[in-house]
Amino acid sequence: MLLDVGSLAVMGVTLGAVLGTAAKLLAVPVNPIEEELQNLLPGSQCGQCGFVGCAQYAAALAKGDTPITLCAPGGKATIEALAKRLGVHADADAHEEVGPRVAFINEDLCIGCLRCIGECGSDAIVGAPKQLHTVIADACHACSKCFKICPTEAIEMRPIPQTIAAWHWQKPGEHSAH
Amino acid sequence: MKLFPILGGIHPEYRKELTSEKAIVALPVPKTLYLPLQQHMGAPANTTVDAGDLVKKGQLLAKAQGAISAALHAPTSGRIAAITEMTAPHPSGLPVLTIMLDSDGKDEWAEPMPAIDDPFAASPAEIKARVAEAGIVGMGGATFPSAVKLGLGGQHKLEILLLNGAECEPYLTCDDRVMREFAAQVVDGARIMAHALGAPKVIIAVEDNKPQAVDSLKAEAAKTPNVEVVGVPVQYPMGAERHLTQAVTGRETPARKLTADVGVVVHNVATARAVHQAVRLGRPLVSRVVTVSGGAVAEPKNIEVPLGTRVSELLDFCGGISKEARRIISGGPMMGQPLPSLDVAVVKGTSGILALTQGETNEHASSPCIRCGSCVTYCPCGLVPVEMASYIRNDKLDLAAKIGVQDCVSCGSCSYICPSHIPLVHYFNYAKGKIAALDRERRKNEQTKALVEAHNARLERQAQAKREAAAKAKAAKEAAEAAAAAPQANQQAQPNSAGGANA
Ligand code: SF4
Ligand code: SF4
Repeated sequence: MLLDVGSLAVMGVTLGAVLGTAAKLLAVPVNPIEEELQNLLPGSQCGQCGFVGCAQYAAALAKGDTPITLCAPGGKATIEALAKRLGVHADADAHEEVGPRVAFINEDLCIGCLRCIGECGSDAIVGAPKQLHTVIADACHACSKCFKICPTEAIEMRPIPQTIAAWHWQKPGEHSAH
Repeated sequence: MKLFPILGGIHPEYRKELTSEKAIVALPVPKTLYLPLQQHMGAPANTTVDAGDLVKKGQLLAKAQGAISAALHAPTSGRIAAITEMTAPHPSGLPVLTIMLDSDGKDEWAEPMPAIDDPFAASPAEIKARVAEAGIVGMGGATFPSAVKLGLGGQHKLEILLLNGAECEPYLTCDDRVMREFAAQVVDGARIMAHALGAPKVIIAVEDNKPQAVDSLKAEAAKTPNVEVVGVPVQYPMGAERHLTQAVTGRETPARKLTADVGVVVHNVATARAVHQAVRLGRPLVSRVVTVSGGAVAEPKNIEVPLGTRVSELLDFCGGISKEARRIISGGPMMGQPLPSLDVAVVKGTSGILALTQGETNEHASSPCIRCGSCVTYCPCGLVPVEMASYIRNDKLDLAAKIGVQDCVSCGSCSYICPSHIPLVHYFNYAKGKIAALDRERRKNEQTKALVEAHNARLERQAQAKREAAAKAKAAKEAAEAAAAAPQANQQAQPNSAGGANA
């Protein structure tokens, strides 16, 4: 009896150890780089990059078969972060054309249907049923989801005008005279 | 008084003699004044008038909004012609909301704010409130709202108000003239500010190339205790806050700290004069002294200019500019900024307007670095400009930041001294702006992420609550069904048992 118990226990421990190591050695790798890249993206799943969501874009980036400039809401800071992580050159200029934008609700056209509120991933829109809705500019990250769903086309994505406080000098040209 | 050496620094050609003996003259009030709502660091002012309104000189046109901002007053009497966007007196040339004021030619003052007869009996808060009400900002060019800076006394133990009369930029003599002609106002204003700050001592520091200013200030200072006037060596950039503090007190201000952290607050001499006028006379800041100079100006002058005067009109008053004018700069030649057009206005921070000829500018094609190390020797901040610039050229802003590009005060000494004419300070201005912009974007992205996570968590909570409610409803329904079924079961059981019994 004791022998039976003993041998079974030994077998259990050994097999457990073998299986544990095997699991570690043979694990299907959840690409850690993918996770890291996903952490660099805004996480709003807006789909403007052309993928279903941030995770899918991160996966494509990890494979290296997609440009790093597709995330519109993330802007240049995201591009630089991705470039740094992937060790590639940031071609942020291709991105510049869009520029920072913010959603704006045209009060005359808003019917208070609440759809945009349901769509906004960062809770940037406030309003009650049948009441005017409005965008909290600071919380809007320009994912354009509200813009796409509004039935009355009351939402515009407006460029944020450049301010003097945010302006800075351009990089000097290689042989610029000063 | 014992002085302390400062690191590096250069001795550019000063050319102050063009205007140093020109007494301040008043500019006749122009027909129209153009007053940008942003003439200071912080949030733009908020208009309190509309187009068509009639205003008196000194009347409030726009009030400060937010913690860091400054009020704006009418520099003359007249009618508000429009409030519209116009080109800012800033190298970006971006539009800025501007009040256009048509003068009525009478230059009639509004009822002044009540004078504070004994400012030393008034509370620091009262002085601070008056300085804010008068729209005073740092007039050396930094344009930081002075009332906010006077509030530093609340958070720091201050020992010295250091009044900056160094005026180390070449060409500029406006502070020199103010110190010579209005010494009494400067000393009085300084004492009032020291009182507001709770600083027991005032030291006025003037570069040794302005002996008359030192003499007039000394004569005034002799009348009161605890005001001292010191001459400091002529060395650019002596007028930088940290360097002046170091030179006069020997106290070094750590990186990313304020001079207030070592017990010193620095204000400009023209700011002191403005404080005197606001407190003693109840007058807001509506004009300032501007040096108009440079080899391309027919008659260089020091002029008391109503704020909002266009640069072109100021230059006309000085006989216009010659064809050789190569660069028009607001401020001094070392740290001043090129103007986008001559139609922009003189604002609170305009210390000088310079029209420089080709020979006076440091414009040369740059050539490769010869590794001479001059920039390292002369940088007053102990930085390594050559290395920072090479990182920045290769888009390695994080490495440039690591070796201190954000501690650069943009004094331009390195660019000035570089034999290869590499636009070093331009690289640093670009890098500092770009790093700040990326930081802002990063913060915004982090904020978005937090919002998105909060949003998803809320949705998850709602879904969870729904699931729980559904589960509860289901459980309740099952319980009800069970309860409904139970009597049946009993009933069924009874015949069974009966049957059983029967069997
Ligand atoms: S501009 Fe900056 S790096 Fe150049 S000398 Fe001045 S502080 Fe040093
Ligand atoms: S001063 Fe100019 S040439 Fe000399 S080391 Fe610095 S960058 Fe190079």
